Amino acid sequence: MQTAGAMTFDSPPSHPKLWLDAVNEWFTTVDHKRIGMLYIGYALVFLLIAGLEAAVMRIQLAVPNNHFVSPQVFNRMFTMHGTTMVFFVGMPILFGFGNYLVPLMIGARDMAFPRLNAFSFWISAFGGLLLYFSFIGGYGLYGAGTAPDVGWFAYAPLTAKLFSPGHSTDYWILAVFLSGIGSVGTALNIVTTIVCMRCKGMTMARMPLLPWLYLVTSAMVFIAIGPLTAAQMMLGIDRFLGAHFFDVQAGGSAVLWMHFFWIFGHPEVYILVLPAFAFANEIIPVFSRKPIFGYSAMVGATVLIGFISLGVWAHHMFTVGLGPAGNTFFTLATMIISVPTGIKIFNWLATLWGGKIRFATPMIFSIAFLFQFLIAGLTGIMLSAAPFDWQLGNSYFVVAHFHFVLVGAILYMIFAAFYYWFPKMSGRMLSETLGKWHFWLFTIGFHLTFDFMHVPGLMGMPRRIYTYEADRGWAVWNMIESIGMIFQAAAILIFVWNVVRSYRHGEEAGPDPWDAWTLEWSTASPPPHYNFAEEPVVHSRRPLWDLKHPQAPDSDYE
Amino acid sequence: MSLALFLALHDMDDMPAGHAMTVMQMHEPWWRRAMQWVTDLFSTPTSIFSPQATPAHTIFSLSMLVLAITLAIFLAVAGMLLYAIIRFRHRAGDSNADPTQVYGSNQIEVLWTVIPILILVVLFLSTARVISVTEQARKPANALDVVVIGHQYWWEYRYPALGVVTANELHLPASDPKAPTPTYMTMSSADVDHSFWVPNLAGKMDLIPNKINVMWIDPHKPGLYLGQCAQYCGTAHAKMLIRVYVDSPADFAKWIAHQKMAAENDPAAAEGKLAFEHTACVNCHTVTGTSAKGKFGPDLTHLASRDTIASGTIKNTPQNLRQWIDDPDSMKPGSLMPKMNLSSLELDAITAYLASLH
Amino acid sequence: MSAYTAVLTQSTDEWQLPDKGKVGMICLIVAEAAIFIIFVLAYIFYLGKSLSGPTPAEVLKLPVLGTVCLLSSSLTVHFAVAALERNEAPLSSLWLALTVLLGGIFLADTAVEWHELIYEHGLTIRTNLFGTTFYSLVGLHASHVIVGLGMLSLVLLFAVAGKLNSSHAHRLHVLSYYWHFVDAVWVVVFIVVYVLGR
Repeated sequence: MQTAGAMTFDSPPSHPKLWLDAVNEWFTTVDHKRIGMLYIGYALVFLLIAGLEAAVMRIQLAVPNNHFVSPQVFNRMFTMHGTTMVFFVGMPILFGFGNYLVPLMIGARDMAFPRLNAFSFWISAFGGLLLYFSFIGGYGLYGAGTAPDVGWFAYAPLTAKLFSPGHSTDYWILAVFLSGIGSVGTALNIVTTIVCMRCKGMTMARMPLLPWLYLVTSAMVFIAIGPLTAAQMMLGIDRFLGAHFFDVQAGGSAVLWMHFFWIFGHPEVYILVLPAFAFANEIIPVFSRKPIFGYSAMVGATVLIGFISLGVWAHHMFTVGLGPAGNTFFTLATMIISVPTGIKIFNWLATLWGGKIRFATPMIFSIAFLFQFLIAGLTGIMLSAAPFDWQLGNSYFVVAHFHFVLVGAILYMIFAAFYYWFPKMSGRMLSETLGKWHFWLFTIGFHLTFDFMHVPGLMGMPRRIYTYEADRGWAVWNMIESIGMIFQAAAILIFVWNVVRSYRHGEEAGPDPWDAWTLEWSTASPPPHYNFAEEPVVHSRRPLWDLKHPQAPDSDYE
Repeated sequence: MSLALFLALHDMDDMPAGHAMTVMQMHEPWWRRAMQWVTDLFSTPTSIFSPQATPAHTIFSLSMLVLAITLAIFLAVAGMLLYAIIRFRHRAGDSNADPTQVYGSNQIEVLWTVIPILILVVLFLSTARVISVTEQARKPANALDVVVIGHQYWWEYRYPALGVVTANELHLPASDPKAPTPTYMTMSSADVDHSFWVPNLAGKMDLIPNKINVMWIDPHKPGLYLGQCAQYCGTAHAKMLIRVYVDSPADFAKWIAHQKMAAENDPAAAEGKLAFEHTACVNCHTVTGTSAKGKFGPDLTHLASRDTIASGTIKNTPQNLRQWIDDPDSMKPGSLMPKMNLSSLELDAITAYLASLH
Repeated sequence: MSAYTAVLTQSTDEWQLPDKGKVGMICLIVAEAAIFIIFVLAYIFYLGKSLSGPTPAEVLKLPVLGTVCLLSSSLTVHFAVAALERNEAPLSSLWLALTVLLGGIFLADTAVEWHELIYEHGLTIRTNLFGTTFYSLVGLHASHVIVGLGMLSLVLLFAVAGKLNSSHAHRLHVLSYYWHFVDAVWVVVFIVVYVLGR
């Protein structure tokens, strides 16, 4: 389908003359699409690295009293795995998709501040490199320290100079600090773009749900990253200037770190999950062939989730001794947040209901997401009951719960988003056959590992242990979990192969391979660097539906 | 899934701590043996579903309610999802026309907002009750007080009213549910955060430096209850195990009387005692009645009366003890006890001395 | 398929969206406010908890001069913006210069205060909890003042070089938002540290 992309007076050459030209273009780009792809590529590399760290842990834990790695190495593995997955996989990949899609979906030509956009990417990228440099900066080489081993939430006073000598913790502080700056920059861009650069006719009520959810996510970033940045400044000042923020010998409080960290940490997990919801909001309707059920309810539920998530943080601290009033309050707040979350699941169900569902690869990942997110939410409700958390907190039950959210919900929707938008970004389809192999292998592995992971938690296995006694009865479950890891690794390799191969040899996609309804599908695949030849004008939430069905446009029904 | 079977098959109060279930007759039908195998799989020493004290019992009851509710929700919603993706799939031969476009329904939104809220009210009120009953229980006059101090990587136990200090193996009196004699544990840490978790007896409680937390347990049956540190505290976190010996009141009194005595002074171990008092051991360890008054490491006054050393990870035998003293890191990597660099003769003597400290 | 050639059924001539610069700066301010709030909370939490050393009541004096100067500088920067919007660049330069001067006096006042605290009262960031929280909170604020002064000085430089006119008024307006934020933070710090905390 020909589009105004044919007006090429301004387009760059499609094959740069020198390899160095191409590299230079990518290094100096301020185009939101390129920056989006840089984020995504960067995150994929770190996904593989953090996945290797997980594999090391699963091998070590497959049998009791194993000696695959030393406790020192294991402790670095879980610290790096968690820190990498949250800050250098999760955040970048979600900001990457946001960067790519938000301007296209609202009919804009770029983000509000393109240079800030590039700066945000490069500073986050530098943070990741700094974190991994810590492996090389070992005792022998520069005497600087080695990879951090304090856990991804780095509780005080374990992070004090006294208990963590050397510089490993400092790498953690600085890397995450830089990533935070990048996150705030991108969030600032997203909010400003959405508020100030929507195309004509696109009122907030006509904006697709993906930009809506990214708007709420970005607002949460402003409020949540600050506490983390502040806490890290305080920790840094403690470690370098001899201050006493978390110095218990001088009257400082270990619990204060926990409060500050989780005031960031809990909204952070919603910052990670809302974009996954955003993808679901776009993909599920298209493959059900119906609009999203309850647009306003979805917006309302998202805003509610955003607000309430700022007030539930101490459910990570039920065992710290908050007292009955504190425990009761945070139980209540956490239970309340399940209401808007449930509303979302029900609205997705209602979207499927009465539809004509097509099981393309993006859709099967989305359907698995629905089941898995349901389970994750339910184990979350279990954990929200403080006394139940007194038993299950800090155990493998929690690890299973949050991996259900991070992998079963978020990673699955990231895969779905890949299969759905890769054609737009590259002009080629990913292989459906390889996609199905990817899906089934990964799902088998995911469930082997994470379904059964709930059991050792119920049987008393705490987290962050490099080995365990044979008499605890955990061995058989750990072995099953480790086998599951093999399936997941195989699936990821297939996925990477699919991406690499399809980039050059995939079937040509055209502008709208999925018969979808939002503005990004109205321009070429990949879009020209100016996105749209003429600024679009819209009259409803599904402008392309209106054009394809002029006798029954959405604007008649909204 | 096996929980229901578990409950169906066993009366919770009769279950001994961490012990595999009753002996099976050979002529048991296969399905009964299969169910037994499954329940055995879940009858582990540290299962939260084998409560042996009131706090664990209360949590167990709440957990049954929570599990029942969440299971019901799962079956309902997952059932509808499954139905939807089967019933509303595009079948080969269907027209390609799009189905009726439905945009929403305010009534339905209200319905699936109100119903979850009602469910949560039930859940919240039950939970609030358990929080109150556990955290605001009135402390009876005859409660036993124990002070627990967490260290990297061992547990210090003090009985202030009884004048006893020990380490790593906690002894408590059993508590008769009809006339409870609970133990109140006042907890803090000497260094980083730790967490005391013995799933059969209660939920976990963190040990935080510069903060005092209090929890109580009233184990109903004598026996050995296992647990371990549940808050990452450094390299050897995985090896900071907990052993709670619940004694009958009579046995407990005997144990206390023995622990109150000063260290044994076996003349056969005099050489080792001399060596011990003249090496750096005394900087970290206490042996009452000697010049060893160090507080950094565990109290060794009655070391030989313990089943294990190195916080529950190593059997207490002279051979293990000797290797531990020689090179702690080889048995518990990350342990803060340094290699003592003793000669073989000194090692033998000191080991013999410590093994004599009954 | 061309969404952009759809017929306009209603007038979208008045398609006015908020200004990018202002929205962006407000976002930044919210993010920075979150950081400051945490430092303020830490300050309040640790009041009275120092195990040793000087207390706020013993060593803190109301920084009247600095406060008056800093708060007045909000007024002067406002006038600078207003003047530039009317294309009165020289007048704007004057107000800008005054703003920078007043901000500079605030910093100098802080420096004098810190000198006294360190050398006469022996209060440093590592002395006790009060020292830790005081210097980090006030220092964080001072660093924001320095950044703001740097930006304002840059504008002043352009103004003095005759390169400023009303087309830059918008950017100066956005910058002034930042400066007002810095002042607002000072109001909070002043109340918490020097009034309530002593």
